[in-house]
Amino acid sequence: MKIRFILNGETKVIDVEADRRVIDVIREDLGLTGTKEACGRGECGSCTILVDGSPKLSCLMLAAQLEGREIITIEGIKKDSDMHPIQEAFIKHGAVQCGFCTPGMVLVSFDLLKRNKKPSRDEIREAISGNLCRCTGYQKIVDAIEAAAKREL
Amino acid sequence: MKLDRKIVEIGRIIPRIDAFNKVRGLEKYASDYHSKDMIWVGVKRAGIPHARLKKIKIDKAKHLKGVIDVLTHKDVKGTNRQGVVRKDQPVLVDDKIRYAGDAVALVLAKDKKVLMHALSLIAIDYEPLPLIFDAEKAINDKKNLVHEDNPDGNVLLHGKIETGKGNKAFSECDLVVEASFEVPYQEHAYLETEAGWAILDSDGMLTITVSTQTPFRDRSEVAEALGLDIKKVRIIAPYCGGAFGGKDGITVQTLLGLAALTVPGKPVKIWLNREESFISSVKRHQARLYYKLGAKKDGKLHALDVRFFYDTGPYDHLGGVVMALGLEHSGGPYHIPNTNLKGWVVYTNNPIGGAFRAFGVPQVTFAMEQMVDMVAKRLNLSPLEIRLRNVIKKGDKIPIGTTMLSSTGITDCLNILKQHPLWKERERWKRDAPIFKKRGVGIASIMHAMGYGPVVPDYANAKIELTEDGKFRIFCGVVDMGQGNINSYMQIAANILNQDIDNIELILPDTEKTLSSGSSSASRTTYTFGNALIDASKTLKEYILNRVADLIMAKSIDEFTMVPGKIIHLPTGKSFLLKEITKFLNDSERIVTKHYRAPVSKELVSIDERLRLHGIPHLIFSFVSHLAYVEIDELTGEVEVKKYLSITDSGKIINPQILEQQIHGAIAQGLGYAIYEDFVVEDGKAKTLDFSTYIIPTAMDLPDIESINVELHESSGPFGMKGAGEINTNGPLPAVANGVADALDIRIFRSPLTGERILMALKEKKEMSN
Ligand code: FES
Ligand code: FES
Repeated sequence: MKIRFILNGETKVIDVEADRRVIDVIREDLGLTGTKEACGRGECGSCTILVDGSPKLSCLMLAAQLEGREIITIEGIKKDSDMHPIQEAFIKHGAVQCGFCTPGMVLVSFDLLKRNKKPSRDEIREAISGNLCRCTGYQKIVDAIEAAAKREL
Repeated sequence: MKLDRKIVEIGRIIPRIDAFNKVRGLEKYASDYHSKDMIWVGVKRAGIPHARLKKIKIDKAKHLKGVIDVLTHKDVKGTNRQGVVRKDQPVLVDDKIRYAGDAVALVLAKDKKVLMHALSLIAIDYEPLPLIFDAEKAINDKKNLVHEDNPDGNVLLHGKIETGKGNKAFSECDLVVEASFEVPYQEHAYLETEAGWAILDSDGMLTITVSTQTPFRDRSEVAEALGLDIKKVRIIAPYCGGAFGGKDGITVQTLLGLAALTVPGKPVKIWLNREESFISSVKRHQARLYYKLGAKKDGKLHALDVRFFYDTGPYDHLGGVVMALGLEHSGGPYHIPNTNLKGWVVYTNNPIGGAFRAFGVPQVTFAMEQMVDMVAKRLNLSPLEIRLRNVIKKGDKIPIGTTMLSSTGITDCLNILKQHPLWKERERWKRDAPIFKKRGVGIASIMHAMGYGPVVPDYANAKIELTEDGKFRIFCGVVDMGQGNINSYMQIAANILNQDIDNIELILPDTEKTLSSGSSSASRTTYTFGNALIDASKTLKEYILNRVADLIMAKSIDEFTMVPGKIIHLPTGKSFLLKEITKFLNDSERIVTKHYRAPVSKELVSIDERLRLHGIPHLIFSFVSHLAYVEIDELTGEVEVKKYLSITDSGKIINPQILEQQIHGAIAQGLGYAIYEDFVVEDGKAKTLDFSTYIIPTAMDLPDIESINVELHESSGPFGMKGAGEINTNGPLPAVANGVADALDIRIFRSPLTGERILMALKEKKEMSN
């Protein structure tokens, strides 16, 4: 079926099977491999994308659900400069090791900071608790989000 | 973004170069390769743990529309065997099924849907064999064997070491404590499951891009197993999405190669889903351990008897080496004059036990560190005091009887702990426990060896060139699986060559471009390649300066200094741009390669040849002391770690942020192992197949970790550093167990310390006291 949606600010019209997983549409059909898959069952958060501004798991969404939506992936999070302050904070505060969880983490942080300008460390931990990271122990991710919230870059 | 990319001193934080792409989703991992004309490849797994293979029925699958081919062992032209030490694992099963994750057939299909359907159409005819599932029992089973051709039956490797008077010394002890322990498998759970991409080009070159820790070893294994000329195999190793030992060796490489050979010119891709990854991948060995520890009244440990059994599942992988490292560390960082240490690593039909960060040491540490606490309690000594009285100092003999010769900071680690507010204020914190909660504080002290041991050469070849545009390019043969070693290499070269880090480029491991430098493992990557790189960078610098000195007829190279992008002749103030100088150098001056081989222990005492081959003894060790504040819910039994302190001696620091990343990550995995992670296997079949049943810690489950470093200078290390990647994995389980014992006065002998297990132990204690 034909599906029309906005991806990172650009209108896309694609012809796909309605039941194709959104993560496959994004990664394979549209070539944006920043969105990661680590479980395919909604258990890890690696595949997070923003759908009309809210984080959603693209491994659990089907192509038909994209119709008319506005999608932002990790590649589209930057504003005018080439990096969003959250991304800069992740680099500076050492929140990235293997980096496989990073795109999802950045997107949920983006959503958190939109809703809550000054989250406490506990609130940050709660916000990212659906996103698994096997490398960092989360502390530096929390540091980075905290710094981004305070714009202490 | 304004980040300090200027000339960096060693010891300063320099943001990781790889993070710039990773954070934008631009880094291309092995699993990200994709093209319109590619072929999906999938594996038919055995699904049964032990059987004789009779027939593989592939016809239905083969005739399915969209299926390109279905392959079995008959299509493998080489040895069809892979493995690091013992080559005992088939690429595709040919005679026997030895575990449920065995690869039986390979399907090539046009898309994932067809692939899944085709896999379900393959049927296996087999004759079931009795299940071998208990490592300890299997050692004496001469009838039911996992490998009929193994000379030692089901025993892959047995090691024994005796020092001093051995067990006779127990009669000289004032106190003897005995206990047995069990630990389950731990799954690596790297977020990027096993993945790769391969293509056979028109020149007959097979190129495999794969998530691996060991590109050069993979190349040999692929060539041998598939019957190819090694020159016709190329392995490219991008950044891994995590590995932790689980990609130390073949995962999907040979299968990819086999698939690519059948469809020349077409790219093929394998990417295991989470369930298949859990079923087929290697794990930290499950183990049973029997300990007996004797001490004198003055608190001196005097005799230790250890027997342990590591379950290595059906294939060697690195099981022998893992067991040997466990044996070497089975007495902890203590001076114990009389020991009798025995370890077995045993074939079974359970999942494969293999390399996992800390490599056989967490299991013995769980036992030993609780034993030490039990002895302390009986002697009325504090856990800290007994450790301070017994930890090794430089020059002491370690429990296997060899001499500690590396920098030895364990006493410093414990002394810092002693002065730390978390130690000093522990009693008050415990008293302040809220209602229905009990609090305890546990500590642990640990040593961990670095490198491959005395026989297998622990080497690296670093190549660096001055490029045609006046920059420096490092050719790196050691994988960065997420630990940031790449960044440290760039920092090292930048420092020696006095360049901004932006003047340094790096080529990631690729068997065609970079040089063989061993695995990314054993806490050795920065140490070994770093040493080679220091040598190469210094030599290159000297070549360049010599060339300029000759050109302008200067007296000596001492008159020059290298600064970012140029060279300055100090007496005249004249400067020469590197991008100009480079034109005057021919390739053999512009490109330098240096080899480094790590020093090894020269002691031969008490260690037999087989154990030496498997890595005992080591020469260089790192040390840590850990402290955990634990709180237990009396109603649910659940443990929460409220605070965690780690004090690490891993030598001098190259980049404090990267070191801290390693410390945090290792402790997080250790706390997962301590409290949550329980990989369940029943009748040879894995039962925990996803993240809802195999629980790894989330951000809500971990405390903020405080880490302190004892920066002793290790004279053999690059800038005085030594290995740090693994050691902190060992501490959390025993520290938490000791904390639980402190809080509840019960010992838990089987990990993980789940709420259920603790409640049960409490109930037993109550019944006993009634
Ligand atoms: S891949 Fe979607 S939640 Fe894990
Ligand atoms: S950085 Fe590796 S999973 Fe988070």
